[in-house]
Amino acid sequence: MAATRFRIWRQEGAEGEGGYRDYTTEVTEGMVVLDAVHQIQAESANDLAVRWNCKAGKCGSCSAEVNGNPRLMCMTRMSDLPTDRPVTVEPMRAFPVIRDLVCDVSWNYEVKKKIQPFEPRPPDAEDGTWRIAQEDVERVQEFRKCIECFLCQDVCHVLRDHHLHDEFVGPRFFVYNAALEMHPLDTGDRLSALKQDEGIGYCNITKCCTKVCPEHITITDNAIIPLKERVVSEFYDPLKKLFRVFSGGSAA
Amino acid sequence: MEQTPYEYDVLVIGAGGAGLRAAIEVSAAGASCGVICKSLLGKAHTVMAEGGMAAAIGNVDERDDWKVHVTDTLRGGQYLSNPKMAEIHAKEAPARALELEAWGALFDRTKDGRILQRNFGGHRYPRLAHVGDRTGLEMIRTLQDHGIHHGIDFHMEYTVFRLLLDDGRVAGALAYDRERGRFRVYRAKAVVLATGGIGRAFKITSNSWEYTGDGHTLAYDAGADLIDMEFVQFHPTGMVWPPSVRGILVTEGVRGEGGILLNSDGERFLFDEIPALYKDQTADSAEEGWRYVVGDRDARRPPELLTRDHVARCIVNQIKSGKGSPHGGVYLDIAWIKEKISNSEEHIRKKLPSMYHQFKELAGLDITKERMEVGPTTHYVMGGVRVDAESQMSTVPGLYAAGECAAGLHGANRLGGNSLSDLLVFGQRAGAYAAAFAKEHGDVRLDQASADAGIREALQPLERERGEGPYQIQYELQDLMQEKVGIVRIESELEQAVEEIDRLSERAKAVSAPGNREYNPGWHTALDLHNLLVVSEAVARAGLLRRESRGAQFRDDYPQKDEHFGKVNIRVARGADKEMVVEEIPVEPMSDELTGLVEEMG
Repeated sequence: MAATRFRIWRQEGAEGEGGYRDYTTEVTEGMVVLDAVHQIQAESANDLAVRWNCKAGKCGSCSAEVNGNPRLMCMTRMSDLPTDRPVTVEPMRAFPVIRDLVCDVSWNYEVKKKIQPFEPRPPDAEDGTWRIAQEDVERVQEFRKCIECFLCQDVCHVLRDHHLHDEFVGPRFFVYNAALEMHPLDTGDRLSALKQDEGIGYCNITKCCTKVCPEHITITDNAIIPLKERVVSEFYDPLKKLFRVFSGGSAA
Repeated sequence: MEQTPYEYDVLVIGAGGAGLRAAIEVSAAGASCGVICKSLLGKAHTVMAEGGMAAAIGNVDERDDWKVHVTDTLRGGQYLSNPKMAEIHAKEAPARALELEAWGALFDRTKDGRILQRNFGGHRYPRLAHVGDRTGLEMIRTLQDHGIHHGIDFHMEYTVFRLLLDDGRVAGALAYDRERGRFRVYRAKAVVLATGGIGRAFKITSNSWEYTGDGHTLAYDAGADLIDMEFVQFHPTGMVWPPSVRGILVTEGVRGEGGILLNSDGERFLFDEIPALYKDQTADSAEEGWRYVVGDRDARRPPELLTRDHVARCIVNQIKSGKGSPHGGVYLDIAWIKEKISNSEEHIRKKLPSMYHQFKELAGLDITKERMEVGPTTHYVMGGVRVDAESQMSTVPGLYAAGECAAGLHGANRLGGNSLSDLLVFGQRAGAYAAAFAKEHGDVRLDQASADAGIREALQPLERERGEGPYQIQYELQDLMQEKVGIVRIESELEQAVEEIDRLSERAKAVSAPGNREYNPGWHTALDLHNLLVVSEAVARAGLLRRESRGAQFRDDYPQKDEHFGKVNIRVARGADKEMVVEEIPVEPMSDELTGLVEEMG
């Protein structure tokens, strides 16, 4: 292969003014975007900040926007990108930039802490273990595949364009909620929080999150929609509403 | 330079499986706990673990129990393990696995709804609790999601570069953050090292950038003993193509599910090279091997599931004798099982989903239809901080180590699946004992002068305007270790390596990484160099002293096992003049009960 042009976002700090800078590097067979970024770092931009770790699509550290698409840099092959124009690499735009391609994703860690943790039912057997069917495990395993790359958060317009970070937890944490709510052993109830504090109603199921998930989790159809349905049947079911009125509970 | 230190009863360095498990235990004991990690939480190397966690729960084969597990571990380690650690590990692993389930982990199930266990190299019975081929992710996420509700302080993207001492006892640590280059001083009554391995000392490795031997070197610099450093595990199957992914792991689970290794002539070469110690446990024919894979209890395991040291060496021999694949590996074939089962493609995608994606996306290859090309990759170090079997305390009071950076459990070779259980069993113990130590021993004094000196020293590469950059030294070291201290070793090359490391160490003292402290990878590499050089020297010197072939160490000049070396571990420590002292020490004695078990089970 040949010399390839890149436009990479450079920014000094959160307050710094950022901009694209042009680089050229030699791309060889099998290279992924992260390889090219590292090569540029070694050759001509020693202080180019990039977060990465496993380089095998398993840790979810190297999230960025490649030609405008939210991607893991380590799983984006150069040979899949058009060669007639420069490859643009920039940080995830839904989060504040710390420096260059590295952004501050700490908000996600704060959000997770607020979600009611796992709480199992008492063990099924005397030896303290549970009996679970493989099919029940598999339904939740899809959600537990999440590598917390936060690309779904990056692409979600409720966060990206409307900045409703205080009222909306984003697709990652609906998947997290779904993993807990559908966990065969869990006894917690997160529906009220999903409705009130986590803003599941803001999601208008455009499925952008599902499209960018590198783990191919069917976020919208398998996690968000079932949670929305549960919220609806819990709070908007007329019979339940009536029951709450008579039992003195607060109506939704 | 004085700054307010962060203060904890126990400081845990590293947030992989061992660090998180230790922190949870510290916090459960009512002690305050801070965790420092180089990456974001949940990204540590544990996330890469694929195959599973060895625990003799006996769900799939009720003949399994801790006694079989401990003898498998000792045999796999060629009897150089600390027998007490191997015993504790085998006994406590089931409880640690079940505890994980109580915290939300969801392992694959048996037909009657219990935790399913899979076959793995060196384990007599199906023993690995697993979640497809992403067990490490399940484990780290479970610990993370449990741990964040325990009042633990997490300091993400900080790197520790120095331990602080108070009159011989550990007293805290110095760290810097990668993005902004700010220093932090930590004061702690006890410290748990859980920093993982040293793979980045080699050119071809399955390890991430984090694996620079930090914990090994922090302990060594603080005066602690290291042992077994000659034993570096080369995993037999890493990707070899394309070049940019060379070294990335291909799980042993592929072979556990029936994958076979072939040379360029299409021969299943491992059948020709079964070691005596395993002759009775290994299948005679391909047909028997397949029966084992599908759960026939009377069948013996296929030779692909022999220990990693052996399989890796056989692959190297095939490549050297000209029977390698086009890109310098051999073939790993799982697609062939279509001859045996009708829905093989779906079965492979379900059992090995991340392998399927890894090859599809990085190599453009469909493993359900085509053969993979694989070759050995530096994967794990059996050697590490010498610890007390019960408490995990090092030879420095108050300093503990758990997981890969500690030594003793695996001896000369680690069995696949024994790492994840190691993290939990000894992470839990290190946390409990460190919390107790902190309570019993009270406050430590922080020596501000030595903290200041540490920081000044760390700043030197930034201040040197002239000098060599750090990368060239790092590359040269990685090439050297790969070439001369790799899978096949010989005295003359090991001696050359020691001399060369000495020269590289001198050069490293004068490196320059100019620029500012904010995200300066050159500066980080300059600081990592010290760690990489210390662990590399330890591996080379210990390898030189062990004049035999055993487990992960193969010496071309001493190709056989030697009775004398079967009774000793190699200890590495810093001498009075800061020189590296390497000497033999006797292997910890085995209890009568264990001796009996080993004789009984062979």
